[in-house]
Amino acid sequence: MCTPAPYSGGVSAHPDRSVDWPQVRLHVVTGKGGTGKSTVAAALALALATSGRNVLLCEVEGRQGIARMFDVDPLPYEETRISKGAPDATGRAGQVDALHIDPESALLEYLSMYYKLGRAGKALDKFGVIDFATTIAPGVRDVLLTGKVYEAVQRPRRPEGKRGDKGRDRAAITYDAVVLDAPPTGRICQFLGVNSELAGLAKVGPVKSQADKVMELLRSPRTAVHLVTILEEMPVQETSDGIAQLREAGLPVGGIVVNLVRPQALGPGALTRVRDGNVDPTGVASDLTRAMVDVDAGLVGSLLDEARDHAVRRQLEDEQRALVAAEDLPTYELPRIAGGIDRGALLEMAQLLREQGMA
Amino acid sequence: MKPPTLDVDALLDDRSTEIIVCCGSGGVGKTTTSAALALRAAERGRKVVVLTIDPARRLAQSMGIEQLDNTPRPVADVDASAGGSLDAMMLDMKRTFDEVVESQASAEKARQILENPFYVALSSSFAGTQEYMAMEKLGQLYRESQQDGTYDLIVVDTPPSRSALDFLDAPERLSSFLDGRLIRLLIAPARGPARLMTAGLSVVTNALSKILGGQMLRDVQTFVTALDTLFGSFRERAEHTFALLQADGTAFVVVAAPEPDAVREAAYFVDRLTDDDMPLAGLVVNRASPPARTTLSAEEAITAADRLRASDSSSLTAGLLQLHADRVRIIEREQHLRERFAASHPRVRTAVVPAMPGDVHDLDGLRAIGESLAHQG
Repeated sequence: MCTPAPYSGGVSAHPDRSVDWPQVRLHVVTGKGGTGKSTVAAALALALATSGRNVLLCEVEGRQGIARMFDVDPLPYEETRISKGAPDATGRAGQVDALHIDPESALLEYLSMYYKLGRAGKALDKFGVIDFATTIAPGVRDVLLTGKVYEAVQRPRRPEGKRGDKGRDRAAITYDAVVLDAPPTGRICQFLGVNSELAGLAKVGPVKSQADKVMELLRSPRTAVHLVTILEEMPVQETSDGIAQLREAGLPVGGIVVNLVRPQALGPGALTRVRDGNVDPTGVASDLTRAMVDVDAGLVGSLLDEARDHAVRRQLEDEQRALVAAEDLPTYELPRIAGGIDRGALLEMAQLLREQGMA
Repeated sequence: MKPPTLDVDALLDDRSTEIIVCCGSGGVGKTTTSAALALRAAERGRKVVVLTIDPARRLAQSMGIEQLDNTPRPVADVDASAGGSLDAMMLDMKRTFDEVVESQASAEKARQILENPFYVALSSSFAGTQEYMAMEKLGQLYRESQQDGTYDLIVVDTPPSRSALDFLDAPERLSSFLDGRLIRLLIAPARGPARLMTAGLSVVTNALSKILGGQMLRDVQTFVTALDTLFGSFRERAEHTFALLQADGTAFVVVAAPEPDAVREAAYFVDRLTDDDMPLAGLVVNRASPPARTTLSAEEAITAADRLRASDSSSLTAGLLQLHADRVRIIEREQHLRERFAASHPRVRTAVVPAMPGDVHDLDGLRAIGESLAHQG
C-alpha cells in the first residue's frame, strides 16, 4: 500500500530492530492545518508504545482532539491511560497515556510546585494575573506548555517494578518517549523558540531558568521535530519553509510524514494509459461482466473518468513527492483512510510507521 | 436533508454588502475562498480590496503576486469591463501596531513604547495580536473607503488561529485586559500613591516578582505605564470594530472542508456568530469530492475487484473498481458530515465547492472556484 522509504531499517521480529530515532525522547509533531498532524502524533505514540514501552501523548491547543480520536471522555489536566500501543512481532504492546495541557493549570501547578503561594494563588486569579500570564504576557503561555512537557520528559526513570500502581501514583510514571502534538508549522518556531525570546526579556529569575532548561532539551539530540504534510503545493512549500526556520533556530529537525496519500491501486503504466485516454473501454466492460457486475452505458465511462481524475492528482502528488525527497530527510508515508479516523485506523497507521522505521 | 443554498452572486452584487469576513479553521482553503470571492466581486463591478493575514503568503502565491505589504496593491489581469477593480494586501501585524501607537501618542512617548522590549515581543508574537491587528486594519480600510470611496467592498481573510474563536474574542479580550485590575496594579507602583498598595496588592506583586523576577516585572511596569495613555483609544477602537462586524453591511462566510474537525469548528463558529448577533451569510464547504456518476456501491466494486484479481493480480479493471470503492466511501463520509451539520443548523445557507484536480495558484484557478461557488447544482 505504501512505498517504504529506502532508508528505513526494515521490519524484523526483534524488538531491537533498527529505528530511525533511537536517541529521541521527545517527538514534536507539527504540520500545516488540514494535514492531519494530530492523527499522525497519535499514530506515532501508538507506534512507539510497543514491547512494554510507555509513551505520553500531549496536546496543547485546547481542542480535546485526543479524546475524540480515541473516543474517550475529555481529558483532564492529568496523565490518563488511553490505549494500548501497537504490538510488536511477539504481540507485546506498551501503554499510551495522554495529557491535555492547558496553560492555566500548568501555571497553577508550577506555582504550587516552586512556591508556597497559599492564598496568593487565589489572589493572582482574582487580579487577572493568571489570565495575564497565560494569554497576554508574551511567551509565558508557551513556556508553561513546553515546561510541562519538559517535566514529563525529564522525570527520573525508576527501575522496572517500582512503578506506582494504576491511578494512585500516576504522576510518578516514567515514559520512554513523549509525543507532543504541537501548534502548526506557521507557529512552531515561535512556540518552541519563544523561550529564547522570553529569556531575553527576563534576564534573571525563575522563569528565565525554566526557559533555559526547556531550551536546552529542545535543542538537544533527545528532541526531534517532525513535520506532517500532504502532497499538495502549499503544504509542501510550508514544510520546506518550516524546516529552514527550525534549522535557523537551532532546533533538531526530525522526519517528514507524508499523510493522506491517495490509494496506489494503479501502477505507473496504468496511470499513464488512463491519463492519456489509452484504455480500451470494451476490455474494461468485458472484465466487469466477467466479475459479475451489471454493465450499463454509463458505468465504464464513469469509472474511466474517475480514474483519469485520480491519475491527474497522482501526477501532481509525484511532483510534490520529488520536492519532499529533495529535503533529504527521513520520510514516511501514510495512506488516506477512506472510512475516517478511529482507534483501529490509528493502530493501522502506527504499524505502517513502524514498518517504515519511524518507531 | 438539503440545506438552503448560499447565493454567492446575490451576496456580491448587493451593494449594501460592504465587508465580507471569511473564517474557519486552518487548512480549509479560507485564503483561496477569500481571493476567489474578491476576484468574482471585482469582475462583477465591485471596487474590492482583499486583506489577507497569513504569513505563509498563500494569497501572494495564489494570486501570482510575489510581494505583498501593508498597503493594498492593484492585482494585474483582473477583468475591469464591468467597472470594478481588485487590490490586495498582506497584513504586517507589527507595522499596523506601530502605526496605531504613532498615531495616538506624542513622538517622544511613541519612541519609548516602540523601543520597550515588551512592546517588541507583544507586537510581533502575542497570539491575539494578529487577530486584533487584522480587525484594526479592517477598521482603517473601512474608514478610508467611507471617506474617499476607493473601495465599496472589503474581503477579509482571518488569521490561522489555534481556534477560530480567538478571532472573535480578541477585541473583547484586549479591552477586558485593559480594564483589568492587573493593569491598574502594574501602573500603581510607578505612579507611586502608596494608599493603593493594599495588603492584597502587595501579595500579588510579591508573587509576580517571584515568578517573573523583579527586573522583568519592572520592564512590564514601564511598558504598561507607557502604554497607559493609549489604552482608552485601544478599547474604543476594539469596540468600534466589534460594532462594525455586527453591522448590516457585514457578511460572515464560514469556510470548512469536509473533515470532522473542520466541520466541528465551523459549527462552533456559526453558533458563536449567532450568539453575538453577527450577520452570517452562510457556509462554504471546500474540497468536496466530486460525486460519482454511477450507482455501483463500494461493496459491489470491492467484490468484483477481488474476483478479477483472483485470476489476474495486476488487472487494470480491478484497480478502477478499487478506486471507485475508495471514492464512494469518501463521498458517503462527507455526505454524512454535511447532513449532520445541516440537521443541527438547518437554516444555514451552504455552498459546496468540489475539489479541483490541481492546485489553485493563478487568477484562472480563482475564477474557476468563483464559478463553482456561484453555480450550485
